[in-house]
Amino acid sequence: MATILRREIRAYFSSPIGYILLAAFWALAGWYFYVSVLMTATAELRNVYNAMGTISIFLIPMMTMRLFSEDKRLKTEQALLTAPISLWELVLGKFLSSMCIYAINVSIVLVYGITVSIFSKVEWPVTIGLFIGMMMFGGAMIAIGMFISSLTENQIIAAIGTFAVLLSVGILDNVAKIVDNSLIKAFLYAISFNNRFYDFTLGVIQLKDVVFFLSVMFLFCYFTTRVFERRRYS
Amino acid sequence: MLVEVDHVTKRYGDKLAVDDLSFSIDQGEVVGFLGPNGAGKSTTMNMITGYLSATEGNISIAGYDILEEPIEAKKHIGYLPEMPPLYVDMTVHEYLDFLYELKKCKIPRRQHLEEICEAVRITDVFERVIRNLSKGYRQRVGLAGALIGSPELLILDEPTVGLDPQQIIEIRSLIKELGSKCTVILSSHILSEIEAVCNRVLVIDHGRLIADDSPDNLSKNLSGDASVHVRVLGDEEGIRKTLVSLPKVKEVVYNGLKEESAHEFRVVPEERVDLRSDIAKALVNGGFDVIGLRFAEMTLEEIFLDLIAKEDRE
Repeated sequence: MATILRREIRAYFSSPIGYILLAAFWALAGWYFYVSVLMTATAELRNVYNAMGTISIFLIPMMTMRLFSEDKRLKTEQALLTAPISLWELVLGKFLSSMCIYAINVSIVLVYGITVSIFSKVEWPVTIGLFIGMMMFGGAMIAIGMFISSLTENQIIAAIGTFAVLLSVGILDNVAKIVDNSLIKAFLYAISFNNRFYDFTLGVIQLKDVVFFLSVMFLFCYFTTRVFERRRYS
Repeated sequence: MLVEVDHVTKRYGDKLAVDDLSFSIDQGEVVGFLGPNGAGKSTTMNMITGYLSATEGNISIAGYDILEEPIEAKKHIGYLPEMPPLYVDMTVHEYLDFLYELKKCKIPRRQHLEEICEAVRITDVFERVIRNLSKGYRQRVGLAGALIGSPELLILDEPTVGLDPQQIIEIRSLIKELGSKCTVILSSHILSEIEAVCNRVLVIDHGRLIADDSPDNLSKNLSGDASVHVRVLGDEEGIRKTLVSLPKVKEVVYNGLKEESAHEFRVVPEERVDLRSDIAKALVNGGFDVIGLRFAEMTLEEIFLDLIAKEDRE
């Protein structure tokens, strides 16, 4: 697992795309930090987190698109799938590599925290909590992106497909607002990522939200292993 | 038994790729899968390595079922697919390191990698990026990858396809060398290649095993009827009569006009005897001009037709 993880991170940062995405993410986050924190002279990092959540919807498809598509296209998956490792080791290795890369992206907010702490008092428990929330929210999206990447050998299709799905998931709570049926409304709210992420941005870490995101991660990692299991039999 | 393939069938949707295939391979054998493209060679290899699973039947490697205990079974296999699974953005060194870790190899790393690179002759490109290597080198890097962990069973899918003649000779002698240390399965659609390297041939066509023999026996039994192709100028009926009247001739088959005006016949003897001089003498005495005379060498296609016809008769 660690072998796969290391290779993935190295491969990601050996192409320019890794640096471009990192630069774009930090630039956008910096802009929001400037507008919502420095301009208004508040020590509130919440809006920055909210904005980063939205930017992640654009970032993550481009991070996860190559995870399995590239191996399928280059046939290197034959080496991975005939090596004496389990499918879970393979899938978790890939998943955690994206989690690490995402963590590097998101870690910029901790830098902002330190910056703000020079001028005013930062509520560290809240900031750390927000960071964990970002990772939960991002992890669920990465698992979905990885799953979609395992379905195609075309990276562009993987990226666009993931983007479409994440965007759809992102507007679930808006859809919920206009639905009359209370049961469907409640269901949509329950599976809405944004709704749960919002709790984190308030600095509240609720067990049910953590369990929700971990379940999504587990589910889509599991689905990814099933894709390979199923393909062997097709 | 190192490899046991037991009544294995593979279907892709409606298409039957491998049809009730059974064979077993002992330690130390060098086995060639011979068959035309699309015969099911790669599919069979992919099933043995656990990349694909059989629709029906079982495969076990060193006693471990490839689907029940895949990790144990895969530890015994080194696999070089038709297209070497190379990460072209890595150097040879990085790639082999990666495979070393992926296979959880326990052999001391530096020495092991050095020995492999020495064996497949890639020491000189060890620090180069794979993207920039020639096809021949890439094939050898793929082979090096398969050798990591010193597997007992080496599976090579069309290892010489796309290489130039010099490289083909090198790879063949390399495989021969490896065959003295471990069990090798390789596939090819070239009979002479299998003859050069293997001590056992499995002929596969349409997913079925149609022959399982040593290469010598195979070519003896097949092309061993000592048929002669003869090209003669003159009257077709007259030539035929002369040929049929020869002793020990079982059958005379007319192949048609060749080189515009020459009649070609295939003369099949009753037993394995060399009829060439008799044929030439008889024809010349009969007043015909012989312009060509040779033993019929069977092409791979003819071997297949022959084997399939044989199977149908049985």
